[in-house]
Amino acid sequence: MMLYSEKVMDHFTNPRNVGEIEDADGIGEVGNAKCGDIMKMYIKVDKNIITDVKFKTFGCGAAVATSSMATEMIKGKSIDDALKLTNKAVVEALEGLPDVKIHCSVLAEQAMKSAIANYYRRQGVDPEPIVGAIPECEECH
Amino acid sequence: MPERFIYADNSATTQVSESVLREMMPYLTTAYGNPSSIYKLGRDAGHAVENARERIAAVMDCKPKEIYFTSGGSEADNWAIKGAAEKMAQKGKKHIITTAFEHHAVLHTCAELEKQGFEVTYLPVGEKGLISAEDVKNAIREDTALVTIMYANNEIGTVLPIPEIASVCREKGVLFHTDAVQAVGNVPISIKELGVDMLSMSGHKIHAQKGIGFLYIRSGVTLPNLIHGGAQERNRRAGTENVPAIVGLAKAVEEACADIPGKTERLTAVRDHIIDEILARVPAARLNGDREKRLPGNINISFVGVEGESLLLMLDMNGICASSGSACTSGSLDPSHVLLSLGLPHEVAHGSLRLSLAEPITMDDGDYIIEKVEQVVRRIRDMSPMWEDILKGRNGMEKIMKFVSPINL
Repeated sequence: MMLYSEKVMDHFTNPRNVGEIEDADGIGEVGNAKCGDIMKMYIKVDKNIITDVKFKTFGCGAAVATSSMATEMIKGKSIDDALKLTNKAVVEALEGLPDVKIHCSVLAEQAMKSAIANYYRRQGVDPEPIVGAIPECEECH
Repeated sequence: MPERFIYADNSATTQVSESVLREMMPYLTTAYGNPSSIYKLGRDAGHAVENARERIAAVMDCKPKEIYFTSGGSEADNWAIKGAAEKMAQKGKKHIITTAFEHHAVLHTCAELEKQGFEVTYLPVGEKGLISAEDVKNAIREDTALVTIMYANNEIGTVLPIPEIASVCREKGVLFHTDAVQAVGNVPISIKELGVDMLSMSGHKIHAQKGIGFLYIRSGVTLPNLIHGGAQERNRRAGTENVPAIVGLAKAVEEACADIPGKTERLTAVRDHIIDEILARVPAARLNGDREKRLPGNINISFVGVEGESLLLMLDMNGICASSGSACTSGSLDPSHVLLSLGLPHEVAHGSLRLSLAEPITMDDGDYIIEKVEQVVRRIRDMSPMWEDILKGRNGMEKIMKFVSPINL
């Protein structure tokens, strides 16, 4: 078993923002059960600000911790700021991740972007020029 | 701090027993001689090794000279398989029969031989994780060099009909090796009656230390050496004998095999209680491996919508040590080959939990495990999007649900 930082264990043990938002403005889901990680993120948006965010994750300790940290980092931020969040920033905020778990942080970044893309689509805006393409999980293909 | 500590991962390794350590101590301290040395300190060490060999042979019902000490199960498996392959290839036999759910020490050794031009048949084990002697018989060919089949599976605990398979191999005149790492101490074994040509075992699964085991090689069977060097083990396995570990191994074998029926009865009672209660309380779960033909301490249950590593981390916080066949815990992206060999979808394999019990576990410990597993599974499912899909009956989930118990228990 690999070693997790205290911060990862904290976010795994007491994940922030777990749950669903019934009347979400955007919902994103990435990953698949075959490779063992699924992340689903819900956002509530008001005047371009992410006022609330919740997640549900099926996956390992790192998958839960990165989802939790990513939601904390974008809550209350503008969409533009949220889109600047990289998986690297999530890893740093968690005080590091084992190499084999870096893909979990990529998934967390993608889950957030996918929720924002969904928000734009609901607004009738093509998300791709703003959010960029969200690739399928590379490890599975 | 958790309320208690329960070590339920005895198929991974075990605690060295006090009596084993006590027998080892002199050889770790004052009796440190090299068995190859001429003076008394050396001779005493040599006697200790031979005495250990005799004690093991007495318990296993074979001749002392048929026991070769190795660094453990992996080395014993490598030696038996590579040795038999090399020997038989000289007679033009380059076909090996094994099963799809062997330990990697066997599977990866076979894969290596495939690269060298051997052909390997991997017998399927079906949804229950069993094979029959008939399956083996049907797979044997003119050019079959070796049959290597585990006695008991390390993940799902199924016990295979090794006596019957050995007799099929004997009839057909094919060499037969069994990896008995999980079986010794759990299944009564008389090697003489069993009639195998080779048998691997490992000490640390039965309360000896890590890094010691043996390969039984029936007299009359000569294998080329795996480890070359000095004249130890009658010129068959080089390297200065690990005297304290060998002495400890003898004690561990004696203790593990002293009362197998009694131990089986006690462990099975706790095992069955845990299996029954978990399956009764937790929906969308399944027991992996045949219910009856399984090791007395093995429990392997899959929970849909739960990922194994998360499950283990949360059980650890509750003081329970266990293991899983999920990809995250195997260090790769694929879940356990054993669970996949049963035909389980990835989703079910990722959510597996293995508890391997050893004495002195109590019913009370069992109740604690049941309670914590139920709580932790519920907690993980509460935050699982896969579980949400299942509860809402979304598409694609029925192919997973057919493998597990219904949601409305």
